[in-house]
Amino acid sequence: MWGIYMSKITCECGHVNPEGTVLCEACGKPFEANQHLNNNKPEQLLNMRYDGSARRSQTYQRTFIDKTWNFFSSVKIGVSIIIVIVVASALGTIFPQEMYLPPGSDPSTHYKDQYGILGQIYYQLGFHNLYSSWWYLLLLAMLGISIVIASIDRFVPLYKTLKKQKPKRHPNFMKKQRIFGETDSGNIDYKKLKANLKSKRYNLYEEDGNILAEKNRFSRWGPYVNHIGLIIVLLGAMLRFVPAMYMDEFLWVREGETKQIVGTDGIYYMKNKDFILETYDMEDEGNSQFRESLQKQSAPVPENYQTNAVIYKRTDLPVVPGKEPELKKVKEAEARVNHPIPLENGISLYQASYQLNEFSSMTFKLHDKGDEDSNYGEFTVDLIEPKDEYKLDNGTVVRLERYFPEFELDDGEPKQVSKFPRNPAFIFEVDAPGEETEVSFAGIGVNIDASGNNDYKLGLTNFETRDVTGLTVKKDYTLPIIAVGAAIFMIGVIQGMYWNHRRIWIQPKGAGVWVAGHTNKNWFALKKDIDRTLEGTGIAFPVDQQEEKDAEERRKDDGIISD
Amino acid sequence: MELSAISSNLLYASFFIYLIATFIFGATVKMTNEKTNRKLGNVGIGLTVVGFLTQIGYFITRWIAAGHAPVSNLFEFMTFFGMMLVFGFIVLFLIYRITLLGLFALPVALLVIAYASMFPTEISPLVPSLKSHWLYIHVTTAALGQAILAISFAAGLIYLIRQVNQEKATKRTRWLEFVLFALMSALGYIVVASGFGAADYKTVFEAPVNEQMTEITYEMPAIAGPNGGELVTEGAFGPLFETPGWMQGVNAPVKFNTIIWSFLAGLVIYGLLRLILRKRIAKSIQPLLKSASPRLVDEVSYRSVAIGFPVFTLGAIIFASIWAQEAWDRFWGWDPKEVWALITWLFYAAFLHLRLTRGWEGERSAWLAVIGFAIIMFNLLAVNLIISGLHSYA
Repeated sequence: MWGIYMSKITCECGHVNPEGTVLCEACGKPFEANQHLNNNKPEQLLNMRYDGSARRSQTYQRTFIDKTWNFFSSVKIGVSIIIVIVVASALGTIFPQEMYLPPGSDPSTHYKDQYGILGQIYYQLGFHNLYSSWWYLLLLAMLGISIVIASIDRFVPLYKTLKKQKPKRHPNFMKKQRIFGETDSGNIDYKKLKANLKSKRYNLYEEDGNILAEKNRFSRWGPYVNHIGLIIVLLGAMLRFVPAMYMDEFLWVREGETKQIVGTDGIYYMKNKDFILETYDMEDEGNSQFRESLQKQSAPVPENYQTNAVIYKRTDLPVVPGKEPELKKVKEAEARVNHPIPLENGISLYQASYQLNEFSSMTFKLHDKGDEDSNYGEFTVDLIEPKDEYKLDNGTVVRLERYFPEFELDDGEPKQVSKFPRNPAFIFEVDAPGEETEVSFAGIGVNIDASGNNDYKLGLTNFETRDVTGLTVKKDYTLPIIAVGAAIFMIGVIQGMYWNHRRIWIQPKGAGVWVAGHTNKNWFALKKDIDRTLEGTGIAFPVDQQEEKDAEERRKDDGIISD
Repeated sequence: MELSAISSNLLYASFFIYLIATFIFGATVKMTNEKTNRKLGNVGIGLTVVGFLTQIGYFITRWIAAGHAPVSNLFEFMTFFGMMLVFGFIVLFLIYRITLLGLFALPVALLVIAYASMFPTEISPLVPSLKSHWLYIHVTTAALGQAILAISFAAGLIYLIRQVNQEKATKRTRWLEFVLFALMSALGYIVVASGFGAADYKTVFEAPVNEQMTEITYEMPAIAGPNGGELVTEGAFGPLFETPGWMQGVNAPVKFNTIIWSFLAGLVIYGLLRLILRKRIAKSIQPLLKSASPRLVDEVSYRSVAIGFPVFTLGAIIFASIWAQEAWDRFWGWDPKEVWALITWLFYAAFLHLRLTRGWEGERSAWLAVIGFAIIMFNLLAVNLIISGLHSYA
């Protein structure tokens, strides 16, 4: 099928074998010239791997393509790639990957600060993003290629050989099987033998009185089936790089707020009705079994994170930018950890994060600097949509000069830390009718008179808070592909591991009979099968030639084999 | 009696039944009469099954008491892992009837269960991410897979002790001794930890953690103190030296100290044994294993991998991914526990390829089984205790 220089091998049984065949496909005769391909030695038992079929990698070794093919089809290379991946993967767990650093940390300094010089080296080698590095992906790709080529190189010839095998085997094939026995007596109950084999669910093939009993050939395809599964998983994982297949967005929604769900083309909206954080209550009778454990904890143990959401769909389609959307309620749903909210088109909302007690509004009152009981009017600042100015009843105008949602004092100067209202502060200008404009800085626990000679003061009288929920918006169309790949892998691995391909050859010889047996694994069970099927048939039990050799070596070595 | 108390008593009972079964399997070693040997083997496996059922009783009562599957922290997981080890042994014994396997598999299970009880044993509530049916689907299958793979270690160890030439000291005899020493260190840890635990030993230090003075409590005498730490408990022993600064976290010095203690205790046990036996441990055990057929033991070792690998894949990779997709919105996230599950999986995949296509049987295969078990133990203990990540629940 591959080469230009096909030189076929014609066996004495008449079967024509492809170039590179080690054991005749039909009768199993070892071809002298090709025994080195399977490392067969005259004094040893036959190496039965791939049934001595002609593999491309063993046969053609000339051109560049041959050499590439041979490189990737080698199991030695495949296993070496696996070992390199194992070592690389382990390296990536020495220090945390960048994605697992505490939020807001700078990787260029974090590794050095936390782990010293080793951390610095780790960072500079790029090990902080090891699993998405080009060389790690290259290793995975090489493993994928190796799986494909090694499978084709073995599956095709093995399939052909097992299809072409004949019940009548060459004597040299029979004698060099691990399980082999000769019976001289002619008193053999073939009928019973066949019945026994059938009752053990062997398929029988006959040719001139020669019998091949075979079962579970399908288990030989297990490795190739599971490799197909692996390739599908790898391809599925690759498809995540296609934007249409995969989406990972994040959404913060405050209680009471309705927000467009990112990644849905402006069609879906959600309202956060309530964010709930429950912790285990030690006093609760229902938690009595946890009391001992809870008492040991320094902090409360969370029981539930939940967002009560309302999902809306926009009805005025197509979407016109800037136009106020018309929303229709789709459903009310709860997002809890382990229980995402599914939307249409495979998009789901996952409960991922939260922020408790964010400020939503603050109320100030204007009073005399020296007298807290005086009151010239109050105003409330909405922290999400603050106004530019607030008019008080007595005509005073308070202008909001600057707003810091979360501030920090840095050398006496206010500094913006984040855009989330966690610790808000304001610079106000107070313009009372007929008086000079005054500037003051107000926040929680701070109230600074900028000039030092203000008459008025703005005092915080009230504030309101609410929780914020953090949800991931996720779409992953590769999931079904990966699931199919994983399922195929499992089928293949079970097919190959939990069943064994067993063959028993029975050959009338002179007055007696020869018996040989082979399995790709689990010799113990094959021997049990043979013992049971031969019982009462007049055929002597064959021996395990390998075990006999071992025993002999052991005798020589006083019980201990040394190599 | 309260259900949780019944549960712990059942666990104790199963532990002692396993212990007795181990001695019975041990007695078969000296039996030359095949018939008594077989009878004794039957008693051994019978007792093992009784112990297993007792432990199932522990598992069910604890499940009822807790209201969730008892596989949610290190104590519960390791106990379950030990139970699955026994289950795997029972299955393989029924196939191959090798009494020697009991002598090696049961002690490993005993070590694992005893080790488990060194961690906090109270019933703990589930944090939100653990509240899922996948908790018991994923964790139990993963544990079963790992346990069957661990049986391959027990068989591999028999093979190595049986087969490695002990006439003179070589690299292989030294490594084999090292494996035995590692098992004794686990035993040593259990002895030392229970000893100081019973004496209620405590030493308190104050040390800077993340630039904040934090109280650190040692439950064993401090050989290695915290970096820059100050002894608070008066008249307490130590420390002899400080834990290196690059070991981060509040618990790093305590863990480091514990490792030193296990190592020392292991050395003491190993040293005493060497003194008594006056030769390498493996060499002393070797003659007892003469009756075992190396090829059969090798096959048991391989068969365990063949049976365990698909179970491990299903539990520790596939079910794990399904749950991760549900709980953390991604099926794979390169969390250290996930990475080490992948490493375990790749390693056993390599094991199978080497065996099936490159003829790595016998001794080489046995060494691989030992390394595989080391990887499983690393993922079970080191990843939870040293490398923290999403899975560090204990």
